[in-house]
Amino acid sequence: MATIQEIVSRETPLAPGHRMCAGCGISPIVNTVVAASDKPVIIANATSCLEVTTTIYPFSAWKIPWVHLTFENAAAVASGIETAYKSLKKRGKITDDVNILAFGGDGGTYDIGFQALSGALERGHKFMYVVYDNEGYMNTGNQRSGATPFGASTTTVPAGTHSFGKPQWRKNIVEIAAAHRIPFTAQAAVHNLLDLYNKAKKGFGADGPAFMAVLQPCTTNWHYDSELTIAYSRLASETNFWPLYEVENGKVHINYKPKERKPIEEFLKGQRRFKHLFKPENKHVIEEMQKMIDEEWERLLQLEAAQVRF
Amino acid sequence: MADKKGWKDLMRGGDLPAATSVQYKTGSWRSLRPVFDPSNCIHCMICVSYCPDMAIPTKKTDEGVTGKAGRVYKGIVRLETDFDYCKGCGICATECPTKCITMIREEETVESSSR
Repeated sequence: MATIQEIVSRETPLAPGHRMCAGCGISPIVNTVVAASDKPVIIANATSCLEVTTTIYPFSAWKIPWVHLTFENAAAVASGIETAYKSLKKRGKITDDVNILAFGGDGGTYDIGFQALSGALERGHKFMYVVYDNEGYMNTGNQRSGATPFGASTTTVPAGTHSFGKPQWRKNIVEIAAAHRIPFTAQAAVHNLLDLYNKAKKGFGADGPAFMAVLQPCTTNWHYDSELTIAYSRLASETNFWPLYEVENGKVHINYKPKERKPIEEFLKGQRRFKHLFKPENKHVIEEMQKMIDEEWERLLQLEAAQVRF
Repeated sequence: MADKKGWKDLMRGGDLPAATSVQYKTGSWRSLRPVFDPSNCIHCMICVSYCPDMAIPTKKTDEGVTGKAGRVYKGIVRLETDFDYCKGCGICATECPTKCITMIREEETVESSSR
């Protein structure tokens, strides 16, 4: 079992001087995931906050091999890297073992890169795909994505007199990935780096594709004080809004069960994207949200108890 | 199209040297400054692991450093924040279990005469 001391004593893949917003949790996610690899790592990175903030010309914040891609094809390029690597290895031109990692934001994963991701998982390339999920197109100023939660106000589904924000619930990307019958899928969050590290370790060790969704609260567009990123991530799992679980060889295992589930208001309050929900006329939205969260949690508990394979 | 090019003849794509972003000092973004009190630190590495800007340097030490309650902490220990890169987000101060980091306004660190 690793400790935080061991994780931080590894060389980080990211150098300081990147231009993520103050208080952004993406770099701890990247550093922790890469620290879990005992082999050199090659990164394919879809257009996302991570990509635009780490490689502003002529600077690069990466210390390890990294490929810049368009929005939709992180998984396709990772597949290509894996195939080229296998071919070079077969011909004896490379002897080192490597791990191949793809990073995308939620827009580049849930929406734009979805087809490439599904294809790569279906073809069974040995790589890990990590989506850091900030629940919208945050780098371009808060447009809704397939990951934006129910009730959130964004610039493309603004809350007002006729709308309470996004009327749909978000996609369950972890279960969609697990439905490809891949060896490892997981849901993690930035506040629990040990859990993230252990999951990344399992993902790198999996015999085939691995997929991980990591919650990354966005200080800029969820709109809260920058020091609260980790606190909001913690609240998301304490309210069961973002359960921490993994699907290993098709079987669900929940990594964290809150002793007493906090009401969802604890997570919603203080975020500007949910501010309108506290008006009296929107009370039903919070109630519906709480009902959906509890139902989803109950379903997850049943999946774990049943141990039926995905 | 008589002279077909193979992939090896194509122009090589952009290819940047590694970790050049260290030349860009994001410390100038900071409006709040974390003040670290080593006498209350337990060197748990929570702040280091969460720091989004890799701005808390660490070192391995066998002789150890004195931290909370005068105890000597050995192994990996944190050092003073790197103000070249710290953006002043305050995550370290919020997450610190012993509250040995406090955030103060940047202007409070400047002598009034030097303004």
